Amino acid sequence: MSKDNKILEEFTKSDYKYGFESNIESDSAPKGLNEDIIRFISSKKEEPAWLLEWRLKAYHHWLTMVEPRWPNVKFPAINYQDIIYYAAPKQKAKPKSLDEVDPELLDTFKKLGISLEEQKRLTGVAVDAVLDSVSVATTFKEKLADLGIIFCSFSEAVHKHPELVKKYMGSVVPISDNYFAALNSAVFSDGSFCYIPKGVRCPMELSTYFRINAANTGQFERTLIIAEEGSYVSYLEGCTAPMRDENQLHAAVVELYAAKDAEIKYSTVQNWYPGDREGRGGIYNFVTKRGICAGERSKISWTQVETGSAITWKYPSCILKGDHSVGEFYSVAVTNNRQQADTGTKMIHLGKNTRSRIVSKGVSAGRSQNSYRGLVRVAKRADNARNFSQCDSLLMGDQCGAHTFPYIESDNKTAQIEHEATTSKIGEDQIFYCNQRGIADEDAIALIVNGYCKEVLNQLPMEFAVEAQKLLALTLEGSVG
Amino acid sequence: MLTIKNLKARVEDKEILKGINLEVRAGEIHAIMGPNGSGKSTLASVLAGREDFEVTEGSVEFLGNDLLDMAPEDRAREGVFLAFQYPVEIPGVSTTNFLKTALNQIRQHRGQDPLDAVSFLKLMKEKMKLVEIDQSLINRSLNEGFSGGEKKRNEIFQLAMLEPKLAILDETDSGLDIDALRIVANGVNKLKTKDNATIVVTHYQRLLEYIIPDYVHVLYNGRIVKSGTKELALELEEKGYDWIKDTTATTV
Repeated sequence: MSKDNKILEEFTKSDYKYGFESNIESDSAPKGLNEDIIRFISSKKEEPAWLLEWRLKAYHHWLTMVEPRWPNVKFPAINYQDIIYYAAPKQKAKPKSLDEVDPELLDTFKKLGISLEEQKRLTGVAVDAVLDSVSVATTFKEKLADLGIIFCSFSEAVHKHPELVKKYMGSVVPISDNYFAALNSAVFSDGSFCYIPKGVRCPMELSTYFRINAANTGQFERTLIIAEEGSYVSYLEGCTAPMRDENQLHAAVVELYAAKDAEIKYSTVQNWYPGDREGRGGIYNFVTKRGICAGERSKISWTQVETGSAITWKYPSCILKGDHSVGEFYSVAVTNNRQQADTGTKMIHLGKNTRSRIVSKGVSAGRSQNSYRGLVRVAKRADNARNFSQCDSLLMGDQCGAHTFPYIESDNKTAQIEHEATTSKIGEDQIFYCNQRGIADEDAIALIVNGYCKEVLNQLPMEFAVEAQKLLALTLEGSVG
Repeated sequence: MLTIKNLKARVEDKEILKGINLEVRAGEIHAIMGPNGSGKSTLASVLAGREDFEVTEGSVEFLGNDLLDMAPEDRAREGVFLAFQYPVEIPGVSTTNFLKTALNQIRQHRGQDPLDAVSFLKLMKEKMKLVEIDQSLINRSLNEGFSGGEKKRNEIFQLAMLEPKLAILDETDSGLDIDALRIVANGVNKLKTKDNATIVVTHYQRLLEYIIPDYVHVLYNGRIVKSGTKELALELEEKGYDWIKDTTATTV
């Protein structure tokens, strides 16, 4: 057996470190999906009639649709009637400060190394913590409010800023967009809402930690970020989930809206339970993320580090509508064991002189399948559109797969589109070289993988980059005995 | 420091080392010369612990420990350093970052605390000066896009940083022009102390004009067939390896 294979064999023995389940009582809906369930969710959340109508419309549209079968992933049919569509941690009243938050909940965060106090004190990050669909603690709100920034749970926004929600919700990802977006629109539980007023530069990274908790609960987050003219915001999303036997469906929708001269930076570190070595359990992560650069010179930048989930189906995209607008996508996707990832982006060039940049780094190990799927489309009036794409694949061992599906559609002769792709393996030579300098196998692999992903990791905000590097190292920890 | 006894090693079915005996003491520089295919690089690789080679017989003792029993990283941590003939590229990892990881793992092995950023930078500045290497080179990804000479200088820089007890230079002179050769040799000479030892593996006598060996060994067909002082290298240069081939042929 070659050294590579030995290392990989050990690699597959490392267990998911975030596997625990916290005992917080859930207030759940019965299993299944029908109009009554949607009414139940809507009434639980004390929603206005227009929103219930919107949900029902999405539900009826969803009924006419079929699951997408084009992604390069395989999984048994999902029984949508066997899923609980709503679960909320029971709490007597909305907490005003961390002192009022369920101590067990706070403990859960501590186990993950995400102490809210620490976050507040050390990093200046305002955290909107989402545990099983209901926002539990929102911090720094007052400081942000002084600048006119709204950062709250989606439900709160529905009540306090209905005009904004009504105007933008579904404007980037319409209810009919795709199967999972329609499902989300019908049953979404909660999520984050963020509004940056004209000319305001958000002084801190806005951060949400998602966590799937109650058994058999689908998680249907919905996030909406609106950046008004000349504003700037950097938003962080980080995820871990407890160990679980049955597959869990996660179908989130994220919508970004950037007005003239606005910039949104959206960073994700995703580490949901990937299933065991044989692929049992694990999260199905079917997410629709899209941003629109509506105004001139606006910019949207997606950065993602995806290490978790049994199946990932995710294409954070940019619609470059405003002239001179810029879209970016930086991605690291790591798959191991039986994980399957079909991820990439879409860059839709509509405006003149629009630019986009795609940097995708896939790492496959074990028996996993890792696909990059990307679309670059240049519309007729998008004169002088530019795109640069780089898609690299790193293979570990000989039982995994790496695939690249680049789609290019150009209707304008002035477009310049570049695509570069490489496939490489971690070489025994590289590992031996590290060994010879005193670096053990697992640290060597972490070093090499981090180096390979550097261009993407560099895009993350400082604290997040450190976390992501640790995560890559952690994923690889225990890989060698 | 290093005692090699009757070392035999093979790759697949081919025996390459056929019984090497060598004794290296602290403070000494040994040169191992020989024609292509004689087993010079194999010997260096076996000492460093490369798994491509299977040791079939013999023993190697390093500072009182069984070297062959140690994992490659432990050999390195105990003080064995191999300057590679063909250093590999590691994209995205700077020499600085690489060395920091290496140095701290070695320190941890010795029960020392990791070096903080300030001390590390200070150490780096000092060693950079010693081996005449430029800051821009060590900020770049390790060996990526480096010229042959730059790679070899980077190896010597790493040697300076890690301060091993035994340095093995595998064909470090190959691909170097005369100026680079001088710089590399100067670095090695400056790093020499009475407590460390160096094994210089080379095909040509040229490097030995700059790094003066205490002993010269000629490796041919998997065995050390002749040992002597630096004069032996000159004799080899003059008479060529055929002379050795002929003499061994007659003695066998």
